[in-house]
Parts: sequence; structure tokens; C-alpha cells
Amino acid sequence: MATSPRKRAQRNRLIQYAVLAIVVLAFAVTADWAKLGETFFNLEIAAGMFPDVLVVALKNTVIYTACAFAFGLVLGLVLALMRLSPVAPYRWIATGIIEFFRGVPALVVFIAFQYGLPVAFPGRQIPGGTLGVVTIALGLVGAAYMAETIRAGIQAVPKGQAEAARSLGMSSSRAMISVVIPQAFRIVLPPLTNELILLTKDSSLVYVLGLSLATYELTSFGRQGLNTENNLTPLVVVALCYLLITVPLSILVRQMERRAERAR
Amino acid sequence: MSTPAIRMEDVHKYFGDNKVLTGIDLEVAEGKVVCVIGPSGSGKSTLLRCVNLLEQPTSGRIFVEGDEITDPDADVDGLRSRIGMVFQQFNLFPHLDVMGNLTLAQRKVKGRSTEEARTIARKNLEKVGLAERETSYPAHLSGGQQQRIAIARALSMDPDMMLFDEPTSALDPELVGDVLAVMKDLATEGMTMMVVTHEMGFAREVGDDLVFMDGGVVVERGDPRQVLGDPQHERTQSFLSKVL
Repeated sequence: MATSPRKRAQRNRLIQYAVLAIVVLAFAVTADWAKLGETFFNLEIAAGMFPDVLVVALKNTVIYTACAFAFGLVLGLVLALMRLSPVAPYRWIATGIIEFFRGVPALVVFIAFQYGLPVAFPGRQIPGGTLGVVTIALGLVGAAYMAETIRAGIQAVPKGQAEAARSLGMSSSRAMISVVIPQAFRIVLPPLTNELILLTKDSSLVYVLGLSLATYELTSFGRQGLNTENNLTPLVVVALCYLLITVPLSILVRQMERRAERAR
Repeated sequence: MSTPAIRMEDVHKYFGDNKVLTGIDLEVAEGKVVCVIGPSGSGKSTLLRCVNLLEQPTSGRIFVEGDEITDPDADVDGLRSRIGMVFQQFNLFPHLDVMGNLTLAQRKVKGRSTEEARTIARKNLEKVGLAERETSYPAHLSGGQQQRIAIARALSMDPDMMLFDEPTSALDPELVGDVLAVMKDLATEGMTMMVVTHEMGFAREVGDDLVFMDGGVVVERGDPRQVLGDPQHERTQSFLSKVL
């Protein structure tokens, strides 16, 4: 006779703990701790990165991300409304833009804006220098993703809401602005915040623009440190700085999701 | 004779191949309460939703106080602001508090100042007996309270008539009475009302006219006591025998 389900579950759990213990032990024994500490956690090198890593690199990452997100959010909303438009060409254009920028790597978009645009429009350039290019290139990529999220949010608002608004005499655009969109944004706040986290990381792609000391963001700052020090500590510091931004954001997302769960 | 509040002329409505309304002719005189009853799927809600064009009739004409709302050039938004509507699911705006629900359309459609809108809202909250609830959010109100707020929201637009689409069907039985009481008060004040309902008691007591619909047509129409007490048509008899 086979063992009872409860016994089997107990045994499985025991095996899982055993595997974990073996892996950790194997790693602890084979690793050269002194070398690891020297290469990854060199305090002297880490200290030398301050305050620039915060006042230049972290600050630039936040600015690039915030500008791209703001532009992407507005554009994403416009694209979402175009997708829902009764005018067919608007739907086609929006679908085209969304599919294109969702399907193409962000890196390619950056390169296209930096090196392709001056060729396509000689003598013209995107205003705002590096920040301008980041805002538009990264914003476009973000907008493509956010548009689909926002569209789903708008469609998730019960039909009765728009009907109630219309029955009170509101025009369809007024009902959209005052009743549907505010509710849609509450629904999509968690996924939009996730998108913000993704954009934070994608902002590292600006390195292809060729940065100066003043425009370094976290990743390029870390790479520069890596090159001058020949040590991996700068990357660890930079990684921690990213977590400084992204971990609070994901906690925020989880809280919002919990609150939405409760409100249901 | 004065212009009827609502007049429907040969209204047909299809959903795809599905025929929901067949040649409806109906009038609602000013100040009267017309109750519409019938089995589910009889087209009574669709009929009501055609009046303010939430459903576009496939053919036929509908007049609101003599103005044709089915005219392609009609000012539908303007006409709708003269027709209050109350839904089965209340449809309060969950992102706004009670005061916000009552003042939004007043400000955006009627162009009233915030102060003026709030004054009118308070008056209507008092009328439905929820004056102390103006800062509550819909999620924190019972179904009966939400429906009374929805009535106050519609009244705040100073409508000439009110449409009720099964206003008590989504409510727990003990909450139905409060909502019906508010509706009865409205009727007593002389509001023109068209009420799709399963509340036969309300229809008998408050209604001036009872319309029985089945299969997308008006089967029988008359004085509520007459129709409920002595239905002439076989389909009316069979329906009433099931619900009474």
C-alpha cells in the first residue's frame, strides 16, 4: 500500500530542504571568499563612487525614467483612445505604432533616434539633447506597452458607467474624461507601475547615445568605474542603486493590488 | 390635449437577427406613472432604453415632449438631460463621493456653479432621506441607499420625467421598501414616470397605467387594477398566475 498523501507531502518537503542545503554548502565550500569580497565588495572603491553615484548617476536615471514615463503615459493614453476610436484609420495607425514599438528592441529605437534621425532630417535634431532623445525613444517604447494596458483598463470599466453618464446628458467625450478614464486608471495603476520599473531598467540603454560625465546614468557610471578600477564593486553599488528605486516601487504595486483586492 | 411626455411610433428593434421589439406604439402623458411588466426577455428594458436612446431603435420614431429624439439631427445630449434614468445596478460613479456623484453632471452639462450644484444636491439628498451621506463613497452604502442616491443624482438635473429600469430587482428584499417609498413620493409630486418593474404592488398602488409586454409587443394595457385583477389576454393571465 502506498504512503498516505500527507506522509508523501512531508517527504517531498524534506527532499526540497535537503537539496537547498546541499547547493548552499557546495557553493560555500568551493567559493574563494577572500577573492569574492575583494572583487565585488571593495569598500574603498565603493566609497570613492560617492557622492557622484547618487547626485549624478542616480539622479539622471530618475530624470530619464520620469520624463520617458510621463511622455509615454500621455502618448499611451492617446494611442489607447485611438485604438477604441470608431474611426477605422485611427485604429489602424494606433495598432501599427503599438505593434512596431512593442516588437522592436528598445536598443534599436535608441540607435534609430540618435543616428537615423539626423540622416533622415538633415540639420534638425531632437530638442533637449540626451534627455530629449531618451524621453522620446524610451517614451515611445513605454507608450506602446502602456497603450494596451490602458485600453484594457478602459474596457474593464462596466458599460453601465458610461450609460449612466450619458443618461445624465454628458457627451461621449465628457463621459470618457470624467467617468471612464478615472476608473480605468485605478484599475491599471499596478501594471503601469510595473511598466515604470521596466523603464527604469531600460533607461540604461542611453549608453548608446554616447554620454558625457554630466549625463551618466547608473549603468554607464558603473561601467566607467569598472574600466578604471578593474574591479566589479562599482557594478554592485550601481545594482543596489537600481534596487533603491525598483524595490519600493514593487512594494507599492503589491500594496495597490492588495487594496484593489479588498475593494472588490 | 397637451403634448405627451413620451410618444413612440411603430418602434422596432433588432439585435442582429434577434427581434426584440415589434411595432411598439406607446404614449406616456405628462404627470402619469406608467408601469411596464412582463417576463424576462419580453423587451421591456430595451423599450425603456430606447426612450433616451441608450438603445437606438432599428426603425420607428420616438418623441420626448414633442421633440423627436430619433431624428439624426436631434440634440440627444440635451434631450437626455431632461430625462432622468435609474438603473437596476445603480451605476453610481465609484470614484466619486455622493456629493461628487450628484454634482458632476450638473456642473459639466448644466454649467451650474459648484455652490449652486451642491445646494440642489443637498435638497435632493434630503428628499431621498440620505442628507447625512454626502461624503460617503458608493462602496460604503447599502444597495438601497445606493439606489436612492442614484435617484437623487437623476433628480438633480431637474428632469421633466424619470425612467426606472427594474430599480429594485438587485436589492435585498428588506431594502426594496425604502426605494419604492421614494418613487411613490415622486409620483405624488406629479413626476412623469415610466417604470419597468416586477413590483406588482407598486404598479397597482402608484401606477396610472399598466403595460404588459411579451415577445416584443404590448399585449395588454390599461388601468393597473383592471389588468392585474381581471386580465383579458391569455398571455397576461398565464404570466400573472406565475408572479402573483
